[in-house]
Amino acid sequence: MSDKHDSVWSARDTTPEAIERALRELLVERHAEEPGAAPARVLNLVAVVDREWSGEIANRLRRVGRFHPSRTVICQVEPGRTQLDATVSVATDEVTGGLSLIHELVIVNVGPQHLPHIESIVDPLVVTDLPTVAWSPHGYPEALDALLHNSQIVLLDSIDEPEAADALRRAAHFVDRAVVVDLAWLRSTPWRERLAAYFDPPVLRNELRRLSEVTIRHDAGSPVAGLLLLGWLADRLGWEPSTLLQAPSGAMSGTVRARREDVHLTLEPIDLGVPGLSGLTLRTADGVCVSMDRGAGGLHAVRSERDGTEDRWTIMGASRGEGGILGEGIRQALLRDPLYQPALSAAIGLA
Amino acid sequence: MSAADAEPPSNPLDKALERLPVHPTTLVIFGASGDLAKRKLLPALYNLAHEGALPVRFNLVGMSRGELRDDVFREECAEAIRRFSRRAVDDAVLAALLVDARYVQGNFDDEQAYATLGSILDDYDATAGQPMARAFYLSTAPGFFPVIVGELGRAGLATHEGAKVRCVIEKPFGTSLAEAKDLNRDVLAVFGEEQVFRIDHYLGKETVQNLLAFRFANGMFEPLWNRNFIDNVQITASEDIGIGTRAGYYDGAGALRDLVQNHMLQLLTLLCMEPPVSFTADDVRDEKVKVLHAIAAPTSDEVPEMSVRAQYGTGVSAGEDALGYMDEDGVPADSNTETYAAMRLSVRNWRWSGVPFYLRTGKRLARKVTEIAITFKPVPHMAFDEDGGSAGVLPNVLVMTLQPNEGVSLSLGAKIPGTRMRIRPVMMEFLYGTAFLSQSPEAYERLILDAMRGDATLFTRNDEVEEQWRVCDPIVSTWAQTPGPLPTYESGSQGPAEADAILVDEDRWRAI
Repeated sequence: MSDKHDSVWSARDTTPEAIERALRELLVERHAEEPGAAPARVLNLVAVVDREWSGEIANRLRRVGRFHPSRTVICQVEPGRTQLDATVSVATDEVTGGLSLIHELVIVNVGPQHLPHIESIVDPLVVTDLPTVAWSPHGYPEALDALLHNSQIVLLDSIDEPEAADALRRAAHFVDRAVVVDLAWLRSTPWRERLAAYFDPPVLRNELRRLSEVTIRHDAGSPVAGLLLLGWLADRLGWEPSTLLQAPSGAMSGTVRARREDVHLTLEPIDLGVPGLSGLTLRTADGVCVSMDRGAGGLHAVRSERDGTEDRWTIMGASRGEGGILGEGIRQALLRDPLYQPALSAAIGLA
Repeated sequence: MSAADAEPPSNPLDKALERLPVHPTTLVIFGASGDLAKRKLLPALYNLAHEGALPVRFNLVGMSRGELRDDVFREECAEAIRRFSRRAVDDAVLAALLVDARYVQGNFDDEQAYATLGSILDDYDATAGQPMARAFYLSTAPGFFPVIVGELGRAGLATHEGAKVRCVIEKPFGTSLAEAKDLNRDVLAVFGEEQVFRIDHYLGKETVQNLLAFRFANGMFEPLWNRNFIDNVQITASEDIGIGTRAGYYDGAGALRDLVQNHMLQLLTLLCMEPPVSFTADDVRDEKVKVLHAIAAPTSDEVPEMSVRAQYGTGVSAGEDALGYMDEDGVPADSNTETYAAMRLSVRNWRWSGVPFYLRTGKRLARKVTEIAITFKPVPHMAFDEDGGSAGVLPNVLVMTLQPNEGVSLSLGAKIPGTRMRIRPVMMEFLYGTAFLSQSPEAYERLILDAMRGDATLFTRNDEVEEQWRVCDPIVSTWAQTPGPLPTYESGSQGPAEADAILVDEDRWRAI
C-alpha cells in the first residue's frame, strides 16, 4: 500500500438524509480525483459503541487487515445527546496497478433515546442489497434488536459477558433471528481443525469413541470459548450434555454420557493474558493421552501411551492475534458456519 | 478386530470445517536445491505452516545431486524461505518446519539413494506411530521424471500400506505428443492415475478459479455463452519483458510450448466447458477433455493459415532501448525459436461451432496482461441514424482479466450527454481487489495442499495432457520443419503484422 487519501464531511445537528447525500458526494469527489477508485463492495458493518470507548473500537477495526467491511457505520452513544452529529470519510488506499481501495466510514453521534429505533438512522446509510453485520460490543441490546430489522448477521464476542451461561443464552437469543458470528467460537477454530486433523487417520479415529476425559484450558476470562469447544465435541460425538459444576477456583467439571461410556469434562481457567484457549488434554479409557498447548511455532503436542512412552512434536501455525480475530469475524460474516448453532445448544446444556 | 473397533464410516469432527484435514504427510522434493524449490515450493510450504494448514504431522525431505549435510540443507531452506516468502517469517514456525528436515544426496538413478530415502521415510512413520502419506514432488529437469518414477517403483516406494502415496510432476509434461505419451506410459507403469498430480500452476491461481465462479455462479451470462451470441474470443498472455537470462531453457521451448500448450489451453477449456455435474476432480476434467477433443488438430497444410510465429527484434520497451531476441545472451545464431505465437482454433461442438478462438502470447510486447476477451455479436438492427448516432455503437465486449489486475469489464453502449442521440462505448469495470482486498495465496500453496489431500481437480489428467499435445503437436512439428528466419516484431509493440492474417471476417486483435 502507498498513499491514503481522504475526503471528509462533517455536520452538527444533521439528518440521515444529509449524511447519505454527503456519502454520495464524497464518492463522486474521490472517484473524480482517482479514476482507479472503483467501488466494489461486499459488506456493511454497523457498530453501536460507547462514545468513550470508540477510539478502542476504531483501533480494532484498523487492524482487521484485508478482511475489511466495505462500509462501516459507527453509532457512538453519548449520554444526554438528543441530536445527531456526523462525520463521513471516504478514503482510498492506492495499491499496485493504479487501483484504489475504498473505505467508507460514517460516524454518527447518537443519544440513548435514539437506540430503540436506531435502524431508522442507519438504514439510509448502508449499501442496499449487501449483507449487513450488526455489532454492539458495549451492550445496548435494544439497539441490536432494532438493527436486526435490516441486518442479516450479528457479530458477538461471547467472552464479553461476565457470566458464561448468560453469554450463551444471549447468543441463542439471536440465533433464531440472524446468522451469528461469535468471536469466541472463532477463537476455537484452529483447535477444532487440529483435533479433526489429528483424529482423521483411521488408526486414530476409533480413539474418539473411547474418550474418557477431556480437559480444556482457557484464559480465565474466556470460559465461553471452552464451553463452545466442548459443545462442538458433544454435538459431533453424540454426547448428552449435562450441567458442569463450578468449583471455587473457577474450574468447571462434570460428566456427560457418551454412546459407550461416560466422559469426564473439565474447564480449567489459567492466566493466559489474551482471550481464548490455551490447551487441551484428551484421555481414552485405554490410557492414551493427547495434549495440545499453545507454544512457540504452533501447538506443542504430546501423545502418551499407556506404557508411559511419549511422543512430542509441534503442530505448526502462527497466532493470528486479536486483530486477526475481528478480521476473521468479518470474513465469516460472508460465510455461514452450520456448526455454531448445534455447538451453542450443546454448550448451553453444559453451562 | 471386533465390531466395536471397526473403522468408523467417517471422521465425525471434520463436518463443515473450512479447512479439511490432511493426512500426516512426508513431502519429498526431488530437485530440492533447484530454483523452483527455492523460489516457490519452500516458501509455499512455509506459508502453509504459518497458516496452520499443513497436516498435524509433516516432514520434509530434499533429494538432489549436490552433497549437503542435513543442517546445511535446513539452513539453505531457511534462507530461501526468508528471501522469497510472501509474508514476514515467524522464526518459531520456520524452526518447527525445518527441525526434522532431512536431505538425501544422490543421482536420480542411484538405487542406494532410494534405499536411504526409504529408510528415512520409515523412520518418520515409526516416530509418528502411524504410516504417513508420502508425496513425491518432481521438481527436476523433465528428463529425470521417468528416471525418478522408475526408481521409486523399483524401491517399492510407489505404494505404502495404510497411507497414500502421491506423485506430483512439474511441467513441462513432454515437449511433444509422443513424449507426453511416453511419459504417461512410464509414470502409469508405476503409479495409478489417481496417484499422479501433473502441475499446471495456472490452475492454482485464484484468478483462474474465479473463471469457474464467474461462469457457473452467475446465471446472467450462461444463456449468452454460445455461438448464437458470441462472435469471437481472444485469449492473450503477453509479457513486456524479454527472455532475460533464460535463453538456455527458452530457446529449447519457445512461446507455444512455454504457454500455449498448457496455460492457454487450460483457459480455453475452462471458458468453453459445459457445466460439470459436480466440482469433483473427474467431473471437471471430463468436461475439459471434451472441449479439447472438439478441437481439430490442424494438418501441416493448415498450420500456416491458422498460426503465426515470430521473434522480437530491437525496439523500445518501457522507454529503454531493447535488444532483439537474436542479440540476447545465449541465443544460438541460427535460432528459429518463436517468442511470439498466435493461432486460431475452432471448438467443433454444438455450443461453439463457428466461433473463432484466437490465442496469442509473446515476450517483449507492449504490456504485461493475461486476459480473455469475449466479443458479442452486434445488435441485429441499428435503430439510431447513421449520421453520427450509430457510428459509436460497437459490439459488447466482456473482458476477464487474470493479471495484472484481476477483474471483469463489460463495454456497453451509452448515450453521450447532449441533445443528439450519439452512442459511444463505456466500460463497466469490476476489480476483485477492490472488493476483497485480496492477498491471494500463491498458486503453489493451494496446489501442494490439494495434492497432499488427494484432490486432483486443479491438476492435469493424463488424457487431458495428451489432448493438449494432440492440438499443438502438428503446429510444433510443422514449424520445426519450416526454415527460418522468422518474422520479427519490434520490441514494445503489439506483435507482428503477420498475426493479422489468421483473423477471419472483420475481426481485429485487441490492443495489448
